[in-house]
Amino acid sequence: MRLTSKSKRVLGVVLVVALAFALAACNGGGTTGGGEANDAETIRVGLLGPYTGAVAHFGLAVREGALLYIEQRNAAGGINGMQIEYFWFDDEHDPIRALTGYNWLLDQEVTAIIGGVTSGPTMAVVPQAFEDNMPMITASATHAGVTYDAENGVVFTNMFRACFIDPFQGEKMAEFARNVLEAETAAVIFNTGVDYSIGLQEAFVARAAAIGLEVVTIEAYGVDAVDFTSQLTNIAALNPDVLFIPDYFSIIALMAPQAINAGVTATLLGADGWDGVMDAMTDPSSLEGAFYMSGFSVEDDTPKVQDFITRFMERYGHEPNMFSAQGYDAAMILFAAIEHVENTTDHVQGSDEYRTAVINAMAATNLTGVTGHITYDRFNNPIKTAVMVEIRDGLARFWGTF
Amino acid sequence: MKEFRIPMPARYGINLALIAMFLITGNGVMTSGMLSRAQGAIVIEVGIFIILAVSLNVVAGYLGQLPLGHAGFMAVGAYSAAIFWRSDVLSGVPSIIGGLLVAGLMAAIFGIIIGIPALRLKGDYLAIITLGFGEIIRVVIINLPQITGGTPGLLNIPRHTNFLLLYVCVIITCAVIHMMMKSRHGRAILSLRENEIAAESCGVKTTYYKVMAFSLSAFFAGVAGAFYAGTLGMLTPGPFNFMKSINILVMVVLGGMGSMMGSVIAASILTALPLLMQGLNDYRLIIYALMLIIVMIFKPSGLMGTYDFSLSRILEKAGNWMMTRGDKKGGVA
Repeated sequence: MRLTSKSKRVLGVVLVVALAFALAACNGGGTTGGGEANDAETIRVGLLGPYTGAVAHFGLAVREGALLYIEQRNAAGGINGMQIEYFWFDDEHDPIRALTGYNWLLDQEVTAIIGGVTSGPTMAVVPQAFEDNMPMITASATHAGVTYDAENGVVFTNMFRACFIDPFQGEKMAEFARNVLEAETAAVIFNTGVDYSIGLQEAFVARAAAIGLEVVTIEAYGVDAVDFTSQLTNIAALNPDVLFIPDYFSIIALMAPQAINAGVTATLLGADGWDGVMDAMTDPSSLEGAFYMSGFSVEDDTPKVQDFITRFMERYGHEPNMFSAQGYDAAMILFAAIEHVENTTDHVQGSDEYRTAVINAMAATNLTGVTGHITYDRFNNPIKTAVMVEIRDGLARFWGTF
Repeated sequence: MKEFRIPMPARYGINLALIAMFLITGNGVMTSGMLSRAQGAIVIEVGIFIILAVSLNVVAGYLGQLPLGHAGFMAVGAYSAAIFWRSDVLSGVPSIIGGLLVAGLMAAIFGIIIGIPALRLKGDYLAIITLGFGEIIRVVIINLPQITGGTPGLLNIPRHTNFLLLYVCVIITCAVIHMMMKSRHGRAILSLRENEIAAESCGVKTTYYKVMAFSLSAFFAGVAGAFYAGTLGMLTPGPFNFMKSINILVMVVLGGMGSMMGSVIAASILTALPLLMQGLNDYRLIIYALMLIIVMIFKPSGLMGTYDFSLSRILEKAGNWMMTRGDKKGGVA
């Protein structure tokens, strides 16, 4: 059958109208869950992060962890008998989408927000949230600027995090190299297009200079690089004791075999971006003997961690990674603060006093989560011990805390 | 039978009245709190993408080329405005307007620089070279940390974007482009799309008009970039990637290449869609793709084709229809 141009036009109009109706019907729908009885009062929280797109795996992992905590809490009767109701918005790792999402969550009258997940979109939201005095906790945005505006010297008091900041990790790895591995010389290779990589590299180099670890070379590569042979050959020629590679696991999976081929014999060091690297490696042997820092290890045998892993496996059918663990802890910190406010004050949910009270309670956090014991410094960054992971026999093994 | 025509001054009057009504009502709605916060944010985002789509339409629709570097011009504008606003050269309203102009001019200069070599090429080749340009801009921004803040980006940009300012600029953009396309220069640009060899043989300066269309398009993309910076209050190079250019191109193609109204409608729908479909979770990605496929199958020329809205024309048609009816009645009697 061939359509005449007129019938095509009619069909086109019909489709457009149908689409408009479909959209109108969708409008107002929210992604909700948790609270079953809508008439009873609920605690409403929002989740913001990338759930689709290139970095969706971070967002989804955090969400799994946070939702596990919320579900547990609801099953145990909620907070003071109130169920937790949650809403989420996919920011697609885009700052302007994140800002829209933040506003959307506020339209849902949320009390607090767990998010964002990546630093860029989170930093687009924070100044607005600071103006609104909105309690927020991020599970994974490691950029120092998320909680502190260095240019104006302003701390975003409403913003907390459950993860390490970039400079902390760089410093810790330098200390680990010098004090534990007793390295004399170090080389660094970093990604000029990734903020995280730059932050860690700078902190590592600064700390290394202070503690007598000589940095023999700093090599760099671009954001879409897949071949690092020339940089690695330079490094191999200088024969450093350790090579620090602050980047995400997908890059490490490409770089580690190339390092072996280029003749690099240094001990490879990494940071929490390496989490999950063993799943991405085609040949795990090229990372043998490497160390990286993480917020969490599934081999940590404390009962709390093992209990979390069991319940996570039951719920989702796979092992939690660091992001899920930090998502779980972020939810724990937030709801502990909300519970404290519910118990000690009679402020109305959503009011400014309520928000301030939640923020104050979060600042006073003193809890042990699955990623360690957490208290906050004056920049709202957690003070906690790092987990060191050693790659031994082709597996990421828990080395200890450092 | 004499056709019913609305005289030119009256046409201007009608359009001006409509614009004033739109701005006053819009501003009233925005400030009255009738809209939710997310809806307010989307209205701003829609405005920015209308400017982007309408400006890209000049090159993609009217000039008939396929540029893939619009996000690059947007980035130039965004960073220029952000640096200007942060520097406190001027203050108050002059600073805001100045930032918008600086953004547009910087982008236009880049448009000329890129346009002169790029527009010697056609079709696929032009697409690739503009794509390359868009990426170069982003890489340059990453590697000039002293000026642009590099990968961590620029923070604490004054948030100057508001409804009235943005939509006044949306209207100026549409008006300037509309008027230009109706002028001698616009006709020359259209002739290049229809048949470049024929146009050249008639004495149309092809390179001149191509670069002109390209830099006009870049100018408004830069202005849109300035509004983007003024909305977010922070800039990182990440979002100005190749996908952003593609998204803007999708708006133009979906709306109908060469239809300003189509660009406006498609930009509005596609920008508001993720929020409207929030209730559908991840299915929205499938729906988005399906919608594009359906439109392209059944209406390959885009939602509006090359049709452009004109209230005066509709009024004239209505007038003509009434006159013919009057004639018929007269005939019967």
